[in-house]
Amino acid sequence: MIAGPPTIVSHLVDTRSHDATGAPRSMGFFTDTSICIGCKACEVACKEWNHVPQDGLDWTGESYDNTGCIGANSWRHVAFIEQARPVRQDDGAHGDLRWLMASDVCKHCAKAGCLDVCPTGALMRTEFGTVVVQSDVCNGCGYCVSACPFGVIDRREEDGRVWKCTLCYDRLRGDMEPACAQACPTKSIQFGPVDELRRIADDRVRTLHRRGVSEARLYGADRDDGVGGFGAFFLLLDDPEVYGLPPTPVVPTRDLGRMWGAAAAAAVSMVAGVVVAALRSRA
Amino acid sequence: MGTSFGRGGATTFQQDLQNADCIVIQGSNMAECHPVGFQWVMEAHERGATVIHVDPRFTRTSAVCDLHVPLRAGSDIAFLGGIINHILTNERYFREYVVEYTNAATIVGEDFRDTEDLDGVFSGFDAEKGAYSPASWAYEGMQVASAAGQREHDGHASGERTGSGGVELEGAEPPQDRSLQHPRCVLQLLRRHYRRYTPEFVEETCGVSRDLFLRVAEALCESSGPERTGAFVYAVGWTQHTVGVQYIRTAAIIQALLGNIGRPGGGIMALRGHASIQGSTDIPTLYNLLPGYVPMPHTEHYGDYHEYVRRNSPRTGFWGHMEEYFVSLMKAYYGGAATAENQWCFDHLPRIDGDHSVYVFTKGMLDGTVKGLLVLGENPSVGSANGRFNRLAIAKLDWLVVRDLVEIETASFWYRSPEIETGELRTEDIATEVFLMPAAAHTEKSGSFTNTQRLLQWHHAAVEPPGDCRSELWFMYHLGRIIREKLRGSTDPRDRAILDLAWDYPVEGTIAEPSADAVLREISGRGPDGEQLGSYTELKKDGSTTCGCWIYCGSYADGVNQTARRTPHDRQSYVAPEWGWAWPANRRILYNRASATPGGEPWSERRRYVWWDAAQGRWTGEDVPDFVATRPPDYTPPEGATAEDALRGTEPFIMQADGKAWIYVPDGLKDGPFPTHYEPAESPFTSTLHPAHPTNPARQVIRHRLNPIANGRHPALSREVFPYVVTSYRLTEHHTAGGMSRFVDYLAELQPAFFCEVSPALAAERGLEHGGWATIVSARAVIEARVLVTERMRPLRVQGRTTHTVGLPYHWGTNGPSAGDSANDLYHLVLDPNVHIQEVKAATCDIRPGRRPRGPALLALLDDYRVRAGIRRAAR
Repeated sequence: MIAGPPTIVSHLVDTRSHDATGAPRSMGFFTDTSICIGCKACEVACKEWNHVPQDGLDWTGESYDNTGCIGANSWRHVAFIEQARPVRQDDGAHGDLRWLMASDVCKHCAKAGCLDVCPTGALMRTEFGTVVVQSDVCNGCGYCVSACPFGVIDRREEDGRVWKCTLCYDRLRGDMEPACAQACPTKSIQFGPVDELRRIADDRVRTLHRRGVSEARLYGADRDDGVGGFGAFFLLLDDPEVYGLPPTPVVPTRDLGRMWGAAAAAAVSMVAGVVVAALRSRA
Repeated sequence: MGTSFGRGGATTFQQDLQNADCIVIQGSNMAECHPVGFQWVMEAHERGATVIHVDPRFTRTSAVCDLHVPLRAGSDIAFLGGIINHILTNERYFREYVVEYTNAATIVGEDFRDTEDLDGVFSGFDAEKGAYSPASWAYEGMQVASAAGQREHDGHASGERTGSGGVELEGAEPPQDRSLQHPRCVLQLLRRHYRRYTPEFVEETCGVSRDLFLRVAEALCESSGPERTGAFVYAVGWTQHTVGVQYIRTAAIIQALLGNIGRPGGGIMALRGHASIQGSTDIPTLYNLLPGYVPMPHTEHYGDYHEYVRRNSPRTGFWGHMEEYFVSLMKAYYGGAATAENQWCFDHLPRIDGDHSVYVFTKGMLDGTVKGLLVLGENPSVGSANGRFNRLAIAKLDWLVVRDLVEIETASFWYRSPEIETGELRTEDIATEVFLMPAAAHTEKSGSFTNTQRLLQWHHAAVEPPGDCRSELWFMYHLGRIIREKLRGSTDPRDRAILDLAWDYPVEGTIAEPSADAVLREISGRGPDGEQLGSYTELKKDGSTTCGCWIYCGSYADGVNQTARRTPHDRQSYVAPEWGWAWPANRRILYNRASATPGGEPWSERRRYVWWDAAQGRWTGEDVPDFVATRPPDYTPPEGATAEDALRGTEPFIMQADGKAWIYVPDGLKDGPFPTHYEPAESPFTSTLHPAHPTNPARQVIRHRLNPIANGRHPALSREVFPYVVTSYRLTEHHTAGGMSRFVDYLAELQPAFFCEVSPALAAERGLEHGGWATIVSARAVIEARVLVTERMRPLRVQGRTTHTVGLPYHWGTNGPSAGDSANDLYHLVLDPNVHIQEVKAATCDIRPGRRPRGPALLALLDDYRVRAGIRRAAR
């Protein structure tokens, strides 16, 4: 009769961070913005669990978004984008208004710029494939801040160190779901093994396309992109720029090898030049 | 809901919304105000249901619905009445369901006159008193038990407060015309009443285009019949109007016509705003009810127990056992002191002698008749309409006790409030003694919440409350204990009511916390040997059973706290009968006998829920059957049968005296048997339907100089000076009057300032700047807010002109890290006559750029507006 397994809830996968043998798995988020209702429970749950300080009482006037962006004191950020095409003012006609909501978070890049540039080793890749700052090691140099193509990692003014989403590393070690995903009432934020989430995300896009939501697309699910794919990727309903996300993020250290190579070549040729010059002068 | 179906609670549960083929959310912003339950709407949407949001604003709910229908605040009955007309005109009702399970075929007496006959009033209206006598509304050949509209104490007279039980019908069974052709049968009266509610009328009145309206009407009609169902969801967007109860009634009629009550994926989901607001009417904080919706005795019941019982025990339906419920309650209150000889201590109960609802007693505070006030879980300075009226009333008290988590505005009125700022109040002149008592949070106390779907869920104290913080249970128990100690030895007869109480709860821990578990055991009820009872059908009127609230009987069945059960959803059916406990008798969908045909078969395989199992000789299915379990569908009551035995095997609405859903309400409502579109008390428009009676003629007005109302003597002037509709609402980020959210860093930062929402067109018309400030003025108050200009606010075309709405979240007050003016200060006290609820969803205002004046200049501005609006004459 009624009610087969709920389709939203059935997206849920095994959220344990360790497999049957006790080995850690690569874990991440799939944030499906098509079912986000903008409740901000993720923001609050994150702060409660991680003791993130208050981020100021500024009213922005930017729709219902008073967080503004991800920062040292806001590890989740729900964006609100009101889209209205021109309408006749006296007409109550419908269909020309859209209110996009999306909960943004650290992408836990497969090739993480922040991690690459950290001189102290404070940033590390965990056994779950996530990227975490060890606050007791961080010396506040701030190199990572400019190395993040998303502007996620940020220095906290009061203590000088950098802070960002840990994907609730402490909870993962205890096989618990991250706080934001657990608090999400519509399961817009799904947590699980990244491979499985990618499969679910592909299915979801196909379903939405079949229903005529042709604008649905994944962001950060591609392992061949500039950051090697995200550990926390998204389903968006518009271009990434609309949500304040870079369309083709690239890890700034991508070209490091080539640059060092070029520099080395230059150095070698300079040395060679000097040597040649010296030899010639002697001759 | 009570008058329509028999119980004043949601007919369904939120998880069942996933089964609906169509969900209409109207008068509710479910995604924002009930985000957790909203997952089931999302689930329905994923499964292909059409989800429609009808609301003046485009909200976070609208954003994920298939269709948003912006309509003018205060015009819902016109819209819903249009749907009724559409269903009837196109013969789209579920005929078999309507004939068998509703009173559509019942014939109404000859004396009844409709608003269509009398230009806006029903028969029985007394213009001088502004009230109805419902005698002429009766079914043919029946007398109505009492002049319910005039008996304030009569619980049955209050639609939403008729929590569990209908109105008594006396006399022979009323005649029916099952062909639905008789000119005085309910269906034909309904047809006449709504025939002018055409799509054109809807467009002109609500500002909803004809096409959009028809899309909604058709979506609903297509989700009706044996195979399909649709659900309605509402909240205080419907109740907070001068015709609030009738808004809900209109939806009840639609759902009865479409055959959507008692069936999976159907029903009316009433969403409540607080964690236990349903609980606070079940075991009431209301003046006119005892636990379980048993009416409070009136002064006319001095000494007359038998008359009290007789008047409240209809011959038919489950209320026929009212005496069992009442005696068991008195045994819980008074234990051994309650005996048959002293009529179970009936004379210990206080009597009411009129309307003692909140705004009436607040006026009593202003008048000096009410001297003291206990405020628990409320912040009337911010949360009540006409804040100034409330604050000036509190300043007249001798004493005030506020119990809360923080120092809320109600406790600080004497040194920080808008009236202190304007100079109307001076601290040194206020004689009120204020006691602010710290309260324990829900994590610091054990107990149950009764949520929006009648579900009792237990919560365990995680830690002891810090410092002097204490639970309500602790406060009430020890207050009672101390009062009893002070009265010990008293021979004054009036003290017996307190001294005879069975006030013997065990206390636990270092703070002597009374055992909440013991209280639940008492509420659930015990038999003669002290064993916990399983169901209210076991209650007796001989004093051998005790039960603190008959509808909660069985919540501690088998000596197990049923409300603390937490079997996960994946280990039981979606109905989840082993999660918590729902009243009555753990039923999740009420009237679920209606999910089967009159013969007892499921209407369809797809909508199978509860059915008659002939082999076992009982009703069975997914849920606890809401019917006498072994009563066959072909049961016909024998001569002289009473209570539930007097209802046929085909009558699913077992709390109603005739076992039927009431499309027409012959008694029990103060403002008419059918809902009629009336304009709000303050409106930029007049009614084209009934120009002689544009507003609800039976509305309740709190008459006081602090409660001036626009549109009164000079409506045209008022409309010119206050041209805009102002509507109030909540945001996800805050909780009601803000006591639990504005003071919490993580919530305050998410919505840190009071703001108003206006359309770009209104902003242009009034020169409002996005991100700047606006001053909003009504006949009562001047407040200021930040300006959020948004396309989500739509200008609408009503009666040939453009109308604008100003939207205001109402969470703010003067205290805490996120302070701001209070939206509720703008509103008036014109109330729904049935439930005395204020109209804060639609009033009129003006809006102008810039911040408001400070000090006495604010009062001067307000005065200027009132003079210009013709509300008050200019001072010489």
